[in-house]
Amino acid sequence: MWKLYFFYGKNIKHTLLFQTSFVHVLIHDSVGMNGRGKAPFSSCRPKVCIVGSGPAGFYTAQHLIKARPDVDVDIYERLPVPFGLVRFGVAPDHPEVKNVINTFTQTAKHTCCSFYGNVTVGKDVSVGELQQAYHAVVLSYGAEGNRSMGVPGEDLAGVYSAKDFVGWYNGLPSCQELSPDLSCETAVILGQGNVALDVARILLSPIDILKKTDITQPALEALAESHVRRVLIVGRRGPVQIACTIKELREMVNLPDTRPEMVAADFEGVKDAVKDLPRPRKRLTELMLKTAMEIPGEKEQERRNNASRVWSFRFFRSPIEIMADPDNKRTAGIRLAVNKLEGSGDGARAVLTGEVEDVSCGLVISSIGYKSLPIDPSVPFDSSKAIVPNSMGRVQQAAGLYCSGWLKTGPTGVIATTMNNSFDTARSLVEDMDSGTLDISAAKPGSQSISGLLEKRGVKPVIFSDWEKIDSVEMSRGEAAGKPREKLLTVEEMLGH
Amino acid sequence: MALVAALRRLAHVKLRDYSPRMAAVTSSVWLTGQRSFTSRTQCLRSDNKVTVNFINRDGEKITVKGSPGDSLLDIVINEDLDFDGFGACEGTLACSTCHLIFDEDVYKNLGPVTDEEMDMLDLAYGLTDTSRLGCQICLTKSMEGMVARVPESVADIRQSKDGSS
Repeated sequence: MWKLYFFYGKNIKHTLLFQTSFVHVLIHDSVGMNGRGKAPFSSCRPKVCIVGSGPAGFYTAQHLIKARPDVDVDIYERLPVPFGLVRFGVAPDHPEVKNVINTFTQTAKHTCCSFYGNVTVGKDVSVGELQQAYHAVVLSYGAEGNRSMGVPGEDLAGVYSAKDFVGWYNGLPSCQELSPDLSCETAVILGQGNVALDVARILLSPIDILKKTDITQPALEALAESHVRRVLIVGRRGPVQIACTIKELREMVNLPDTRPEMVAADFEGVKDAVKDLPRPRKRLTELMLKTAMEIPGEKEQERRNNASRVWSFRFFRSPIEIMADPDNKRTAGIRLAVNKLEGSGDGARAVLTGEVEDVSCGLVISSIGYKSLPIDPSVPFDSSKAIVPNSMGRVQQAAGLYCSGWLKTGPTGVIATTMNNSFDTARSLVEDMDSGTLDISAAKPGSQSISGLLEKRGVKPVIFSDWEKIDSVEMSRGEAAGKPREKLLTVEEMLGH
Repeated sequence: MALVAALRRLAHVKLRDYSPRMAAVTSSVWLTGQRSFTSRTQCLRSDNKVTVNFINRDGEKITVKGSPGDSLLDIVINEDLDFDGFGACEGTLACSTCHLIFDEDVYKNLGPVTDEEMDMLDLAYGLTDTSRLGCQICLTKSMEGMVARVPESVADIRQSKDGSS
C-alpha cells in the first residue's frame, strides 16, 4: 500500500474528497447507467465548464479530472463536432498528430466529463450565465480570427487567408464556399510558419498522397485540377529568423515531384552564424543551407531534374500591394518591398530598403498569424496582444474565470505547447479550489440550468454519443473512398446524424 | 486502508485505460485493484525482463520491468506510469511529449538517432545533449538498470523565470 502512495503521493491531500466521490461513481456504474449521467449528489461537486473543445479545452479537462476526481467538467463547443484545430487545423497528411483524439475521447467519455456541441457561447448562452451556473469557467476557444496584411488589394479575388484555406481543405463548415481558384501557375504564400508550409505542401503534394488522407472530397477534386506548379513562401526577415519548425521543412525538402529553388544571396553570412545558434535553430538553419547551397548527390539531382513542381523561400520581403488584372479584377501579382535586417538573431528587425520587387501570381495566401477574438463584453481582452490578460491562466480581475491555449498565450507553438499551457491553467484552477481562493462551498447547478436555458432558446446541444454517430458515418464514408475519414461538410448534415 | 489504496490506484489509472476499465467492472472493482497490484509484483520477479528506473517530475524514482523489444513509451503505458501528457501522439514521431533524459554513458548505449527523432526533440522542453524520445528506444538486455528522467514541464521553468505566463 505504501508503494501505491509512493506512486501517487502528490494527490494525498485529495484522499477524503476522492473517497467520497469515487464511491458515488461506483454506485453509479453498478446501477447500470451509461457513462454520461452524473453521479448522485452531484450538486455537491465542484462544477467547471470549458469553452471550446480543441486541444486546449481537452487538455485542461484531462488535468482537472485527474487532479480533482470530484469535479464535474462540461465542455461547450460551437460546432456539433469536437477537437477544434486537431480536426480543422492539423494537415490531412499528418494523421499521427491526430492520435491525440484517442486521449481526448477517453476524457470526453469519463464519467465526470460531458460534451455539449452546437452551443455558441456569447450567443446561445453568455459567459455571465455560465459563471452563474459553474464555480469556474475556462475559456479555451482559440484564435479564430486572422491578422490582416493591411495592404491594398487584399480583398481581391485570388487572395485568401491561410486560416480559410486550411479550413476549406480540412472541412470547416464556414469555409466550404471558398472554392479557391487554382488555375494559375504561381502561388505566393506570405509568412513562413508551419501553417504556411502546410499550405505549400498541400498545394504541391502529388494527388496520390492526398487522396489517402482525410482531406475533403471537394478540396481533393480542386487540387487534382490545380495548375499551381510554383509556390513562393515569403518572409519579412532572413533564414535565421524563419518561423517554421524543422519537421515541416524536412517534409518540403523530401516532397515527391518537387524541387527547391532558393536565392543563394539570401544565405550570405548564414553559415558563419550557424555555429552560435541553439540546437533547434542550428539544425533548422543547417537543413536550409544544405537544401539551398549544397550541390546535391546524383540521385537527388536526378530527382530534382525530374520534378514538375517548385517551392521556394523568398526572404527579406514584405507585401506592399496585391495587384489586379485590369480586365477581371483578379489577382495578377504582388508587389513586395525588399527589406534588410537591423540587429541579429531572433530580435532582428526588418527595415525597408526602398527597393521593390513585383512577382506575377494568381493566388496569394496570407499566413501571417491567427488572432483570438473577444467573445463577450464581460471578459477582459487585450486587443493589442489579442489575448485574454491572465497570470498562469487566471484571468486578471475576474474571479472564477480562467483561460488556456492560444487565447491565453497567443497563437504559437505545437500541440505539446498547448498541452503544457493547458495543464498549467488546470493546475492554477485546482490550486485555487484547494486554497479556497475559488469558493466551491455553495452548490452550483452546472449543466442542469444551462440545459434549461438552451432549451428555452431553441438550441439543441450535440452530446458526445451524437458525435460518435457522426464519427462512425464519416469513417464508413471514408472507408468506401479509401480514406481514413470523409468529413461531413455542413452543420446541417452533422446535425442530421 | 487497503481499500482506499486500491481505490486510489484505480482512480489514477491513465485516462486512456480508465473508461473501458470502468465500463467493464462493477462489483468486482475491489478485486481488480488488487489484481493489478499483484501482477506488478509478479512482473518484478520475472527473469527475462529488463529493469528500468524512471525519475518522475517530482524527482521520485519508479522502478519497473519491461520486455526486450518494448519501447520506453510502451513501458510507461503498460505500467500505467502517471506522467502527465506523456506520449500524446502514441509513438508516431509527431510530438515530443515522451522526451526522456539519460546519463551520458546510458545515452551512448541507446543506439543511433534518426533525423526525424532529432527534429521532434528540437521542439522538446528542457532539451539536453542526452535527450531521446521514449517511443524510439527499444529495450535490450544491455539496458538493465538504466535510469530515464522525465523532464520538468515547462510550467516549472517558466514560473522560476518570471512568475507569469
